[in-house]
Amino acid sequence: MPEKTIESFTVQRLDILDEKGIADESLMPSLSDEDIKRMYELIVLSRTFDQRALNLQREGRLGAYPSLLGQEASQIGSAFACEKSDWVFPSFREMGVYITLGYPPHMLYQYWAGDERGLKISDNVTIFPLCVPVGTQIPHAVGAAIAAKYRGDKIGIVTYFGDGGTSKGDFHEGFNMAGVFRLPVVFICQNNQWAISVPREKQTASKTLAQKAFAYGFEGVQVDGNDIFSVYKATKDALEKAKRGDGPTFIECFTYRMSDHTTSDDATKYRSKEEVDAWKQKDPILRLRLFMEKKGLWTEQYQKDIEEQSTLIIDEAVKEAESIKPPHPEEMFAYTYEKLTPRQIKQMKGF
Amino acid sequence: MPKVNMVQAINLALKEEMQRDKSVVILGEDVGKDGGVFRITEGLIEQFGTERVMDTPLSESGIVGAAVGMAIYGLKPVAEIQFMGFIYPTIDQLFSHAARIRSRSRGRFTCPIVVRTPYGAGIKALELHSESTEALFCHMPGIKVVVPSSPYNAKGLLISSIRDPDPVIFLESTRLYRLIKEDVSEEEYTLPLGSARIVQEGKDVTLIAWGSMLHRVLQSVEGVDAEVIDLMTLSPFDEETVYKSVKKTGRVVIVHEAPKTCGFGAELSASIAEEAMLYLKAPILRVTGYDVVMPLPKFEDYYMPSVERIRKAIEEVMKY
Repeated sequence: MPEKTIESFTVQRLDILDEKGIADESLMPSLSDEDIKRMYELIVLSRTFDQRALNLQREGRLGAYPSLLGQEASQIGSAFACEKSDWVFPSFREMGVYITLGYPPHMLYQYWAGDERGLKISDNVTIFPLCVPVGTQIPHAVGAAIAAKYRGDKIGIVTYFGDGGTSKGDFHEGFNMAGVFRLPVVFICQNNQWAISVPREKQTASKTLAQKAFAYGFEGVQVDGNDIFSVYKATKDALEKAKRGDGPTFIECFTYRMSDHTTSDDATKYRSKEEVDAWKQKDPILRLRLFMEKKGLWTEQYQKDIEEQSTLIIDEAVKEAESIKPPHPEEMFAYTYEKLTPRQIKQMKGF
Repeated sequence: MPKVNMVQAINLALKEEMQRDKSVVILGEDVGKDGGVFRITEGLIEQFGTERVMDTPLSESGIVGAAVGMAIYGLKPVAEIQFMGFIYPTIDQLFSHAARIRSRSRGRFTCPIVVRTPYGAGIKALELHSESTEALFCHMPGIKVVVPSSPYNAKGLLISSIRDPDPVIFLESTRLYRLIKEDVSEEEYTLPLGSARIVQEGKDVTLIAWGSMLHRVLQSVEGVDAEVIDLMTLSPFDEETVYKSVKKTGRVVIVHEAPKTCGFGAELSASIAEEAMLYLKAPILRVTGYDVVMPLPKFEDYYMPSVERIRKAIEEVMKY
């Protein structure tokens, strides 16, 4: 009997907005001018937040901080596609996602300055506290999706991780379970090409990350992660599919980490200036601005106005974060269990 | 009142809680159609359906990680890990997340999961099927560790664990599963976590044990005026009951099947030394497993604390 092919796959790649700001109109998602302006303003605000965080860190006013520079389209584009009722399980670099979902920027500064009270998510923001151990949030999204499905809630669950995260066991276990139970999860990988110093090709021998989804029985797609329209469209479609009950989707956002891994890292040690310079041309803000200019949505005055507005918001956020009184030592004990243990009560007496 | 073994008592606790509270769901390997490898969840899938009794892929970290996500969303998942030796892949999820979600979110999110797992030696099993590494979990604040010693307290403690708003590791001794039968009410009752039980009162020496070792202790105290404490919850443990007893008897023997070094007996000994040193008449002795990797069945009887070893320790402290 002849051998035959019993399974094969192809990987789709989505590109809508190119570096010159020209969009493929046939693929453009339905977005109003106001939506596009809002997206742009969120990108500018996130970048302003990020630049200020780096400055504050240098001044010793924040601890180690992971910059999102270069990944704004991946973060804001995907978060913009979420509805209020959808749930988001981030990794640790998703400050653009937090800001897009309405998380108060001052609380992010508070957290990165070493105060866990900054992670007390308010009841009307459906995002989970950021996750430091790589990839371990993936099964949480899967569990939340099981729970949402069980409760009959028509929502989508979105989780973020990086190219490094795809090497972890929890990536496999989470993807596998999501496929088996056909869960309403959207897995978003920001493939920023570097996991600290290890390049993408040393992370996996797969040609793309997107193709990994096929092994779990669901769809994987690669999108230009510096193109906010591609990211938005892929996420929107995946969320609609999830809510229809048609199962999970894996979106690989092909992007680049323009900054160091964190402020404790020096990326010049392991990657070339040429590589970084080449990615500068692909900047997600630049191409969106060019697109908007052509559409008559962008002027220099508009740029000046939103920069001023962003600076004002960030100035206020820093002021607010730094005016918060330090926590009382007793608060260190307060959230270990619902009630203090007898031993904790004794330990607290030392303060 | 029906006489049931521990398997039936745990099954009853799960059934009652699932009937009472729709947010209680079970997940794990072979927990559905098969009813679990020890038949703990037998009949539950028929009664509650596949949405509430989930046969998962073979995926321990995924099971506990998913349980964490379910709990965040508002369910009360009871996850089964087939043997304690297979709980190690879940430690990342338990320590990095379950234990600290309340703290990380400053109370906005909680993680009311129960991870049930059979533990301990005594059923002549394969490698990694006889582990007793409860102390690992006691070292992580944010997690509670509960070890029942009988059908009656298994039911009451499991119901309390499911209702507890924090993560609980619930350790079920494989040796005890079918060893003893006891009257267990089909009426609802709970036993509080964090409370020990004085199994028998005595004046001369305090013996502290939990799970299957409690029964070996009870076989060892004949002819001695011994007070026997069944700890039941290891974390947080009932300090008051322990110190009160030690202050009365002045002698302590702690028995556990885990290795001695950094076993939970070490915590008990140090705590007793801090709180009741001046009441002690004799050194605190520990009768434990040895500092070796848990052996296969041929060595098991050498490894486990025996009645003889426990008696010898009691004789030793009684010399003072």
